[in-house]
Amino acid sequence: MPPSLSEVLVHARRLTKRFGTFTAVDAVDFDVRTGEAFGFLGPNGAGKTSTMKMIACSSPITEGDLTVIGMDPRAQAAQIKAHLGVVPQTDNLDAELTVRENLEMYARYFDIPNEVARHRTDELLEFVQLSERADDQVDPLSGGMKRRLTIARSLINEPDLIILDEPTTGLDPQARHLLWERLYRLKQRGATLIITTHYMDEAEQLCDRLVVMDKAKIVAEGSPRELIERYSTREVLELRFPDGRPGLDGRLEGLAERVEELPDRVLLYTADGEGTLEAIHARDIQIDSALVRRATLEDVFLRLTGRSLVE
Amino acid sequence: MTIAARVLQRNLLVYRRTWRGSLFGSFMTPLLYLTAMGLGLGSLIATRGGAVLGGYDYLHFLGPGILAASCMQSAVFESTFPIMGKIMWRRNYEAMLATPLEVGHLLIGELLWIAFRVLSISSVFLVILTVFGIPRSPLALLAVPAAILTGLAFSAAVIGFAATQRNDAGFSWMFRFVVNPLFLFSGTFFPITQLPEPVQWVAAATPLYHGVSLVRGTILNDAAILSGWPLHVAYLLAFFGVAAVIAHQLLRRRLVK
Repeated sequence: MPPSLSEVLVHARRLTKRFGTFTAVDAVDFDVRTGEAFGFLGPNGAGKTSTMKMIACSSPITEGDLTVIGMDPRAQAAQIKAHLGVVPQTDNLDAELTVRENLEMYARYFDIPNEVARHRTDELLEFVQLSERADDQVDPLSGGMKRRLTIARSLINEPDLIILDEPTTGLDPQARHLLWERLYRLKQRGATLIITTHYMDEAEQLCDRLVVMDKAKIVAEGSPRELIERYSTREVLELRFPDGRPGLDGRLEGLAERVEELPDRVLLYTADGEGTLEAIHARDIQIDSALVRRATLEDVFLRLTGRSLVE
Repeated sequence: MTIAARVLQRNLLVYRRTWRGSLFGSFMTPLLYLTAMGLGLGSLIATRGGAVLGGYDYLHFLGPGILAASCMQSAVFESTFPIMGKIMWRRNYEAMLATPLEVGHLLIGELLWIAFRVLSISSVFLVILTVFGIPRSPLALLAVPAAILTGLAFSAAVIGFAATQRNDAGFSWMFRFVVNPLFLFSGTFFPITQLPEPVQWVAAATPLYHGVSLVRGTILNDAAILSGWPLHVAYLLAFFGVAAVIAHQLLRRRLVK
């Protein structure tokens, strides 16, 4: 058997990607283990896609070490690619072929025999709930359907590792949930997933472990829960003030572990949101609205970078 | 090599739905040219042209030239918009490169496809020329490989050009200032000996001139026209080889970042 059974499926040390003088990925270290869903969370331009493309062997490594499924992308790209499933950021389905032909033809690029290709195509269309559209052209499909077809296509070679670059960007909520549900099912079957996203809810839903990327570097690593515990309080109190900019002047002093002032609201990091809100009322501070919520990865990102994730 | 053939297979899968219209088009082009120019215009120049045209009437002179030039045009066209579409509009190559296919496979596969297209177009053309009674002997069958070689030489160069383009504006420039002049001045409609000598040298440097010579010589089974055949073949092979190597480099630069 190939070394696909080993514990670490992707191993990166000081992995770097430069385009001319611009550094897209700056000496990052990470390990992806067999069977986990590993996320790259960060805003657009953080270096997620460049990292992804190096793992997928579609972009040459500028510097550093990278091992994918026990092989070296610099020397064994074709062998590695034979074991990968890739879902790119923008759909690149073959618009001149039908739904079924898209899968069968893609199987041929992997040199999968016709008979096997047909069989897997039927199974995968069933899995992504597109069996009824099998003989339709690709263009009239909805965004969510195209995405599901792209995912089915990435599974045609029974990959050891599935790489999804922003799988639900641009989809409506219903389509996103259907997609998450399919990906979750893949995870349960034991697939190893690498997912990039700038949606914190997506990362929290799908990822066992993730790294937070910002400006070409990894700024934190852990499970969603660990990251929230390490970089945030349990709850967050969001306040909006009647006069927009509150001009706090220490009026909120001592009410929360940390206060984050955003252009449109103020975030108070606290273990007990309701308690803090009562204290604010007690101080007679005028507020427009208040919301107590659970801390999310968005708060982690804000803490680490001083900026919000989706700008 | 077998994996590169998958790219050809993909194009054939698409062609399976469109071949009727495309075949009709490849019948129409030669018919229009041969009747309008060969018979119509040819009747005006029949009396004067004899010696310059190597003793042939205009229809016999023109037919093989149009075959070669049409094959060039089709090969060039197949190497422009469809290639650019796969690079940047529909991003087929991005999808293909996520599989074990590499850039070299894509190029070889597309060239195999062009070879197939020129094979079918030149075969249809040859049948039409036969209806007009133009081919002199079975040697005419060799016009098909000659046309394929000509098409591949152009295709490799144009694929390389397409790989450098950010939009399709360059193609209309190329058709206007490269393809059309070649079509007119490479011996298709008249022997290049009719041109001023410096222009003759330019014409002789283009692949189409060599393609026209091979195609016309084989169809008319004319030893005089064919006398330089090893040179014509060598020139086309060399042009194709160099253009293919450059196209590979340019495609790689475009697709692998």
